[in-house]
Amino acid sequence: MSNPIPKPEPSRRQFFNGTMRGAFLFLLGAATTLLFRRSQPKRLVWQIDPYKCVCCTRCATECVMLPSAVKCVQVYPMCGYCKLCTGYFDPEPISLDTGAENQLCPTGAIKRRALEDPYYEYNIAEELCIGCAKCVKGCVLFGNGSFFLQVRHDRCVNCDECAIAIACPGQAFQRVPADKPYLFKNREHQA
Amino acid sequence: MRQVTRVCLHLTLLILPFVTAFGVERFPPPEFDPGYKMPVTTMPAARALWQSYLDVAVLVAALSLASYLVLKKRSRDGVLALSVFSLFYFGFYQQGCVCSIGSVQDVALALFNSSYVVPLTTVAFFLLPLVFTLFFGRTFCSSVCPMGAMQDLVLLKPVKVQPWLEHALGVLPFVYLGAGILFAATGSAFIICEYDPFVALYRRTGSFGMLALGAAFLVVGIFIGRPYCRFLCPYGALLSLVSRYAKWNVTLSPTDCIHCQICDTACPYGAIADPMLKDAHPDPRKLALRRITLLALLPLLVVLGGWLGGRLSVPFSRMHATVGLAEQVAAEDAGKVKEPTDASKAFRQTGQPVEELYAEALRVRGRFVVGTVLFGAFVGLVFGVTLISISEPHERNVYDPDPADCVSCGRCYVYCPKEIVRVKRIQSRNVIPLTPVRNNPKS
Repeated sequence: MSNPIPKPEPSRRQFFNGTMRGAFLFLLGAATTLLFRRSQPKRLVWQIDPYKCVCCTRCATECVMLPSAVKCVQVYPMCGYCKLCTGYFDPEPISLDTGAENQLCPTGAIKRRALEDPYYEYNIAEELCIGCAKCVKGCVLFGNGSFFLQVRHDRCVNCDECAIAIACPGQAFQRVPADKPYLFKNREHQA
Repeated sequence: MRQVTRVCLHLTLLILPFVTAFGVERFPPPEFDPGYKMPVTTMPAARALWQSYLDVAVLVAALSLASYLVLKKRSRDGVLALSVFSLFYFGFYQQGCVCSIGSVQDVALALFNSSYVVPLTTVAFFLLPLVFTLFFGRTFCSSVCPMGAMQDLVLLKPVKVQPWLEHALGVLPFVYLGAGILFAATGSAFIICEYDPFVALYRRTGSFGMLALGAAFLVVGIFIGRPYCRFLCPYGALLSLVSRYAKWNVTLSPTDCIHCQICDTACPYGAIADPMLKDAHPDPRKLALRRITLLALLPLLVVLGGWLGGRLSVPFSRMHATVGLAEQVAAEDAGKVKEPTDASKAFRQTGQPVEELYAEALRVRGRFVVGTVLFGAFVGLVFGVTLISISEPHERNVYDPDPADCVSCGRCYVYCPKEIVRVKRIQSRNVIPLTPVRNNPKS
């Protein structure tokens, strides 16, 4: 430009703003160092400790996802392969067959497959499971406890604060490292 | 058959008390033929670490681009395009978590509770927009924040909010920020996330309350520009504080202002500060009196707020799970409540002594006493400072965006006639060399 406008001296306001900016930068720097000390690159995700779960059915209703990100899993080495599975059958079934009225699962998510007599394999159709823990309760009370609830990380959106964790009466929800995101039951665990 | 089952179940029930706890192997797994292949339980992986680093990289890129578009390019269309991108990336793709607004709580919890480990991504989402705002103003709000982008896009018929109402509601973000920090720092709840209006829309699933809240904000947002950003957003409160002292801000052409007021009409967020001329000032003696009164009122408000806050410590502390559980257990033991809750049943199952629970609850309540007094004092301070800032005359002779309230949306660029001329000049500078004309009668 041919006639440059002379740069004015910094006014009192500009000086004050500069000082405040410096102060804020200092504060942010201090916060950063403090936070970096208390942070870790590892991401944490939510998971249920199955040994603390009290099968209250809140996992089915409190999750921000519908249906819930919590689903039932079956750990096969723990399963007794019972013919009369207390996680599969209603406590008072009309008959011991696969009729919906005899099943405990409200969505029919547990699939039963006959192996050699008298053993049956129980599989969970995860797309049907709503995480209501009815089967978990049946299996824990009368069986080996091979059914239990887990947060499924393909569905979990990892909320800052898990809505189920707030509602969980057994305080079974905890944060675990994202590279080991599951807390499975095992046969060796002594309750 | 049914009889047999029932007998079996009753037998099991009889045996049950003798079996200690759950997870007991009552039926040993059968020995299968070698031919049987036992299925393996799937474990879908959590989101990979590189994905969260990508989020931070996108955040930095979006912040830089937004600052460039707002301050250098001065392009409303660019801002609009970037906000659509942010809405889809940070909103619908990332499903609204982690966001800068919620990160305030993680940071508060990490600062007050050394056992809480905050992920680096969350720290980055908290700090980066603040740093950018310190230099470029609230460009984060303009087109990076998915919440702001969503409200900016639904604004169809803006209605002006009366200044007195705007000032009154402008206190809410600070109160919400204080409450959010109080509940997060005590480890009770993340209320900012719980009452997030749009996260359910991003996920296209959620409780009825969350969806209804989101819909309500969107409907109100058609007429009132960015209701969440202006009257609730706690992170916006932080940004408005920082933005006041930003190195660069959205400005129109201050020396060329012709007082046409088109920008003031065009701004849907009431962020254009009206000029106040010297002769419009109130009587200096009255002004001095008002200043002294308000300055004297400030400590009074702080003390009153602190006292009122302290009164709230007991009801507020019930938000903490431990305190709620302790009260329930105490009420049950005193025989006041007959029906145990799931939580109290679970607590009794653990066999932890009640005294430990009571001691922990008392510790939490002690933290709440300090927290609520500080919270109340902070609210008092906010009220006092707001009163002072309203009554202080701000001397200026042009229309210009207020750095604290302006969300850098760039609408005024399109409307300011001087700005249109300036842009045209830049575009045709190569053709007709023109020098800027200063329209300042005083000089």
